[in-house]
Amino acid sequence: MNSREFILSRVRAALGRGAADPVPEPPPVLLRFASSPPPDRAEKFRSALEALGGKVAIVNTPGEAGAYVESALAGRRAIASQAPILEACGIDSLPSVTTEHSRQACAAADASITSAEYALAETGTLVVSAGLRDSRMVSLLPPCHIAVIERSKILENLDEFLDVCRQPAAQSSAVVLITGPSRTADIEMRLVRGVHGPGEIHVVIVNNVTAAPSYASEET
Amino acid sequence: MAEPYQHKIANALGDPKLQLAIYSATGRLADGRRRTVSTEAFPDYQELRQHAHEIKKHTLNHLDFYLQELERNVEARGGRVIWARDGQEARAFIRNLARERATNLIVKSKSMTTEEIHLNEHLAQDGIEAVETDLGEYILQLAGEKPFHIIAPALHKTREDIAHLFERRLHAAHETTPERLTAIARAALREKFLEAGIGITGANFLVADSGMVVLVENEGNARLSCSAPRIHVAVSGIEKVIPRAQDLGVFLNLLGRSATGQPLSVYTSFLSGPRREGELDGPEEFYLVLLDNGRTKVLADAEKRQSLYCIRCGACLNNCPVYRKIGGYSYPWVYSGPIGKILTPQFMGVHQDPWLPFASSLCGACAEVCPVKIEIPKILLALRAEITEAGIQKGGMVEKLAFRMWAWLMRHPRIYERVAPVAAAAASRLPRAGPLKAWLSQRDLPPLARRSFRQLWRERRK
Ligand code: SF4
Repeated sequence: MNSREFILSRVRAALGRGAADPVPEPPPVLLRFASSPPPDRAEKFRSALEALGGKVAIVNTPGEAGAYVESALAGRRAIASQAPILEACGIDSLPSVTTEHSRQACAAADASITSAEYALAETGTLVVSAGLRDSRMVSLLPPCHIAVIERSKILENLDEFLDVCRQPAAQSSAVVLITGPSRTADIEMRLVRGVHGPGEIHVVIVNNVTAAPSYASEET
Repeated sequence: MAEPYQHKIANALGDPKLQLAIYSATGRLADGRRRTVSTEAFPDYQELRQHAHEIKKHTLNHLDFYLQELERNVEARGGRVIWARDGQEARAFIRNLARERATNLIVKSKSMTTEEIHLNEHLAQDGIEAVETDLGEYILQLAGEKPFHIIAPALHKTREDIAHLFERRLHAAHETTPERLTAIARAALREKFLEAGIGITGANFLVADSGMVVLVENEGNARLSCSAPRIHVAVSGIEKVIPRAQDLGVFLNLLGRSATGQPLSVYTSFLSGPRREGELDGPEEFYLVLLDNGRTKVLADAEKRQSLYCIRCGACLNNCPVYRKIGGYSYPWVYSGPIGKILTPQFMGVHQDPWLPFASSLCGACAEVCPVKIEIPKILLALRAEITEAGIQKGGMVEKLAFRMWAWLMRHPRIYERVAPVAAAAASRLPRAGPLKAWLSQRDLPPLARRSFRQLWRERRK
């Protein structure tokens, strides 16, 4: 008997089940969220992320978003992903920004600029997914991460995200929720930011973007 | 109690610096939890706990079904499932994979399951270096020690200890601020991440309906471990599966709050298989090792089965009056605290350390804070009964006789009243020898009252 059969048969013996025994429905899905209006959500997001040590800017136009990013970078070398919203904000053509995405480039950069699929207001969370426009490394290796998102992408909380996106695995091989700067308290319980991931996080929320098509979600 | 543990416990109790470290670390984690699960902060907390309990119960009661669904979905996304009966099979798979892919450097993110099977030590014997990348675990690996706590593994190390360790092992400059020490570790580990051929992680949850491995962390080392190397191997106990991605709403809302008082931990990764066509990076191969290693034995006992619901949040440790005094090294296995007390005898057999389930005051704090409502005190009592019935715990004869006499006395108040003052006077002068000495080695004898309650009552009524 191979290990698979061995383990499965031990499990069945332990439970007194036959291989073909039916399985009742699991307990119902429990997701709790009450949507607040978009302006409130942006403010909620801001206070949640700022409490964790992130910075949040709420701006009206793509032009203002580009200007914020330029001043936040202050000349640091940055990698921008190919998200359409960054192009709309003119970020890909800022002087210290490249769109070269290799691992070496990510490891050498001071900052990265991406968008996000969603943001979660209650916890100040960004939902990013590895795919055609963003690599897994880009929001992870550089010490500073800047995300630019449309206000309409802000959801209430994790529960609403799981309601909108029932199957994160359908989006990409790695969907990651980022809630504040990388941190540790492993040395004498003292909070230190920026262990393996970015210690500095900025999120720019843009009220009106026309040039950013919404992310196609493949529901199952 | 076995000798080595008496020493370990005495050492922990006699070390004021350690006592302070355990007390403040667990206290802070417990406070964080209390704040974030309070009724004002999280009104649905009790409902979610009950729901989490029900989901785990349902899943484990039909575990064969969900494991097969999980396997189908992992494979549909291009990953492979490896079934391992025990640590030896899991280790053999990883060793052979490293050999076949010609790599001898592995990066690892924190996983109690791989601690359980002593993966690093065995790989080292085969000439394969497995580097722990969680800061706390990295410190312990350099020091050659084991995790002291599920969530805060190096809570017993001071910054001075770590400064010396980094000087000695990494030839780093003497730095003593947590910020500088963290920067040293970051730089050293960055190189390892970019060089390693295999990344090994654990799994906080496995999701049957989507073949996902879910990893929860604060540092970013798990994200790096599963993304930078060419191969990702996740090692998980078979009990970690849940039915649907949507059930993560319940579990993720509970885990961060219970563990550290964070509504969500910094990074939650939903991973499904290797890099897909068109994706810019990610591992080319993905393996999920499903480990039994004694879990089916626990599963077979319908009453104690709930021990497998544990999501390793550490809340029961932080709130345990015993753990908070004796610390993580006074327990015989990798799992310490209340959860260790119920898992160890079930995995290792009750014969190995029969004293363990008795070393509890049964105060119930663990059950009160457990996010999946495991009835730890009830399981401890069941284990005690098993041990006593099997006649394993020796030396109980005198104790049993003493308690019988006590019970008889309590039922005969007149006699009790005459005996009690004599006993009270004698108690302070009793020689600490024989069975009494053993009994008192772990207990303080409270002074007995000179006059009984009944006496005082009568005087009052006069
Ligand atoms: S037994 Fe409960 S409280 Fe203890 S670690 Fe497991 S889930 Fe957390």
